[in-house]
Amino acid sequence: MNGHLYLWLIPALPFAGFLLNGIFGAKLPRALVTAIALLAPLGSFVLVVNAAATIYLYVSRCSLCGPPNYGWSILPLIENYGSWINAGFLHIGFSFVLDQLSMVMLLIVTGVGFLIHIYSVGYMSDERGYWRYFAYLNLFLFFMTVLVLAGNALVMFVGWEGVGLASYLLIGFWFQKTSAADAGKKAFVVNRIGDFGFLIGMFLLLSTFGSLTFTEIGATLAANPDMQGGVVTAIALCLLLGATGKSAQLPLYVWLPDAMEGPTPVSALIHAATMVTAGVYMIARTHTIYDRSPFALLIVAIVGAATAFFAATIALVQTDIKRVLAYSTVSQLGYMFLACGVAAYSAGIFHLMTHAYFKALLFLAAGSVIHGLGGEQDLRKMGGLRKHMPVTFWTMTVAVVAIAGIPPLAGFFSKDAILYAAYQQGTTGKIFWFIGWITAGMTAFYMFRLWYLAFLGDSRAETHAEGDSALVHARSDTKLTLEADHHHTPHESPWSMLGPLVILAVLSVIGGWIGAGRFGAFLAPAVGAKTAEAASNSLELILTALAVLIAVIGWFIAHRLYGDNHGEEPLAAASFPYKVLSHKYWVDEIYNALIVKPILALSRFVLEMIVDFAILGGIAWLLAGSASFGGALLQRWQSGNLRSYAAWLAAGAAALLLFALVPWTTVLANIGIHLNTAGH
Amino acid sequence: MHLVLFIVFAGLCLAGAINLLLQSHPINSALSLVVVMSSLAVLYLLLGAEFLAAAQVIVYAGAIMVLFTFVVMLLNAGREERTLGSRAAKAVGFPAVVAVLSVIATVILKAQGLTPIVLDDNITSTADLSKVLFHELLLPFEVTSVLILIAILGAVALARPAGDERRERTGGVK
Amino acid sequence: MIPQSWYLLLSAALFSLGVIGFLIKRNLITVFMSIELMLNGVNLSFVTFAHQWHLVKGQIFVFFVMVVAAAEAAVGLAIIIAIFRTRGTLAVDRIDLMKL
Repeated sequence: MNGHLYLWLIPALPFAGFLLNGIFGAKLPRALVTAIALLAPLGSFVLVVNAAATIYLYVSRCSLCGPPNYGWSILPLIENYGSWINAGFLHIGFSFVLDQLSMVMLLIVTGVGFLIHIYSVGYMSDERGYWRYFAYLNLFLFFMTVLVLAGNALVMFVGWEGVGLASYLLIGFWFQKTSAADAGKKAFVVNRIGDFGFLIGMFLLLSTFGSLTFTEIGATLAANPDMQGGVVTAIALCLLLGATGKSAQLPLYVWLPDAMEGPTPVSALIHAATMVTAGVYMIARTHTIYDRSPFALLIVAIVGAATAFFAATIALVQTDIKRVLAYSTVSQLGYMFLACGVAAYSAGIFHLMTHAYFKALLFLAAGSVIHGLGGEQDLRKMGGLRKHMPVTFWTMTVAVVAIAGIPPLAGFFSKDAILYAAYQQGTTGKIFWFIGWITAGMTAFYMFRLWYLAFLGDSRAETHAEGDSALVHARSDTKLTLEADHHHTPHESPWSMLGPLVILAVLSVIGGWIGAGRFGAFLAPAVGAKTAEAASNSLELILTALAVLIAVIGWFIAHRLYGDNHGEEPLAAASFPYKVLSHKYWVDEIYNALIVKPILALSRFVLEMIVDFAILGGIAWLLAGSASFGGALLQRWQSGNLRSYAAWLAAGAAALLLFALVPWTTVLANIGIHLNTAGH
Repeated sequence: MHLVLFIVFAGLCLAGAINLLLQSHPINSALSLVVVMSSLAVLYLLLGAEFLAAAQVIVYAGAIMVLFTFVVMLLNAGREERTLGSRAAKAVGFPAVVAVLSVIATVILKAQGLTPIVLDDNITSTADLSKVLFHELLLPFEVTSVLILIAILGAVALARPAGDERRERTGGVK
Repeated sequence: MIPQSWYLLLSAALFSLGVIGFLIKRNLITVFMSIELMLNGVNLSFVTFAHQWHLVKGQIFVFFVMVVAAAEAAVGLAIIIAIFRTRGTLAVDRIDLMKL
């Protein structure tokens, strides 16, 4: 159904913001840059809300934005903006689709995005590249909305690649810092590996279904109920590879911890709330394919569960506040993948939503802490911030409780939904449930550990101030210049930063109250409903109680180990496991040795030896050599000897005469060579 | 009669030409060339071109060859010395000449539309010549006169002694 | 009655002798004389054909050739004099300033 909600405006506004700030930003006054940068996401958010209101409340106040009284019967709303590729059987257009799934994602993306834009105004206020930051941030929003609204896989791929680009630009925002530039490159390259999978998946989709449009694929699958396994599994696995790259799952998660080199609002927006969730969104969007391949779903669940567990173990011992949160993100994304792997797509999306709230809040609060401490990120040097930064403290507390899964905050409802859905999936499901359950305990543990180390107890900042102050500031992610003031009193952040924290805290509290059941029913037209096994209420209650129990146990252990907070690391007592975890299982080193170094060596060899030396050098040598050889040959004619010139003249004249006067065809015919010319 | 005249003067032509090649002193070659020119004049007469025969004698034999002789005397050119030869001239030149000659000869001998030359009253008069020359070809005629003017100027300029010598000759006054 | 081909053969012979002279002679003036010989051979050919076709234009061509040959001879000899002044020799092989 072609609609008139002008969906194209939703990405267009951020894109206009990007263009304006990108081209003119350096010369515009800061206030104008801020205004442009904030109006774009706000405009998109308003448009999304208007679309939601038009559809669900039969209300439209904006006469530009579509007729009133639409009603939800019109979903999925497809708007086509013309044809893109028209080659043979291949017809791909620019189409945007609005259904319950994309509506939810859009609200998250534009809403949380807008809040983070406001936060960035305060956080990045000292930056010279202020305009550049907001230009990139708007560019990211443009691509993300394109990804969410995409009606076919190719438009989604545009958004997919685009968010990768924006991520690279933003991670490497402080490009003069080598580690930041390297991290940006790493993110992009690892993403590319995943994108390769996505591309192969698209090719297979085209060859199997002849179309990339999601609705058409769904229709084809619905019409052929016996289309199972085989090619469909291959497609699902290829798309999964793409999702692991984008959503930082095993084995392509390695870029996300390094991506913390970027500014903290970037980590909050891109690497917590929106971009990394694109993989989950994509799986939910193509759920019709996954539903036909139980094997692929199993792989998805395995990947999700393994990643959740693996990342949680690493997060147990990290000392950088942002690294803890990064691994926590990887772990929570694992939960979402697990949900999709047991075909409970709506539970995964529900967790995506609540995770967006509390993870963005966690990152923004961490940014507030870092900002307040003048750039300190090491947990061992924090402490006692509760007194200095009360608002940050309370909002962070809400977030930590939410992510630990303690009712009645948001994380509890979504995590519980996932675990319950996993449990119902037969024996493998129970194994997944167990892994998820242990991971929930670990999550609670390391989040409370962070909470204790950063906020409670006495401040440890001064003890290290003397010797390491120079180091501290050089490591800062806010400025590249050293701060003159060594004894930096921690201070609370400005309200431009605190406002979004409070709003997100409120959302983290009430965000789960819609309930998994109603959420699932809402999304069912878009992602299918999970046929629930006949489960008794009591089973559900027992599982819920167990989940809460393990969370509380996690908190308790953290309280025992870190409650009195002298900054020691009691876990270091178990030295070998501690070493393995704090080195992150040496995964980066293994990848480096097995993959990066050989490829580098091979490409150096090929490019230097073969291409540069042999091919290009050979061509140059040939050209020069032939020119010089020809020259040497022809030089002998320039003897200055008049008689030799005359002789060659005569020879030339003779040749011309011979050629003109001798009847060559007859001569050759007499010899026996018959030329195939018309002269005979 | 015609035949005798032709054979005599054609023979003189060839003899003079060959002699030009065989002589080592340029003055002898110049004089042989005079012989060639004069015999050619007779041959032109046999072909009925009376004006051209006269022009040949006056212009070619009488002016150009005299000029050649002047220069030979002026420059006091002596016998030719042995100098480095040119391999190209012998290796490439002679076969080329032979090829040209044989091709042309073959073409001439095989040609079909040639009429024999007879000695009759079919002489081109000067009046016929001038009619064409001063009516149709007036422009080339005038252009040629300009050409000669340029040649004179060029020859004078080229053959002039260089600066110092000039001042010497004219005693300081240029 | 003389066949036309005899005149034409004579003309070809004169031309070839001129080319040979151009190739083998060592004195610059003699080389120039060989050029004149070539021109004369061609003139004979023109006059012969003019006689065959009863065309006056053939003879006029010869006329122009003579005129141009005269001019050319004048200028060429002036050049030879200039060369003799600068190089001091008239041997063709010694005048090789254009050698690389």
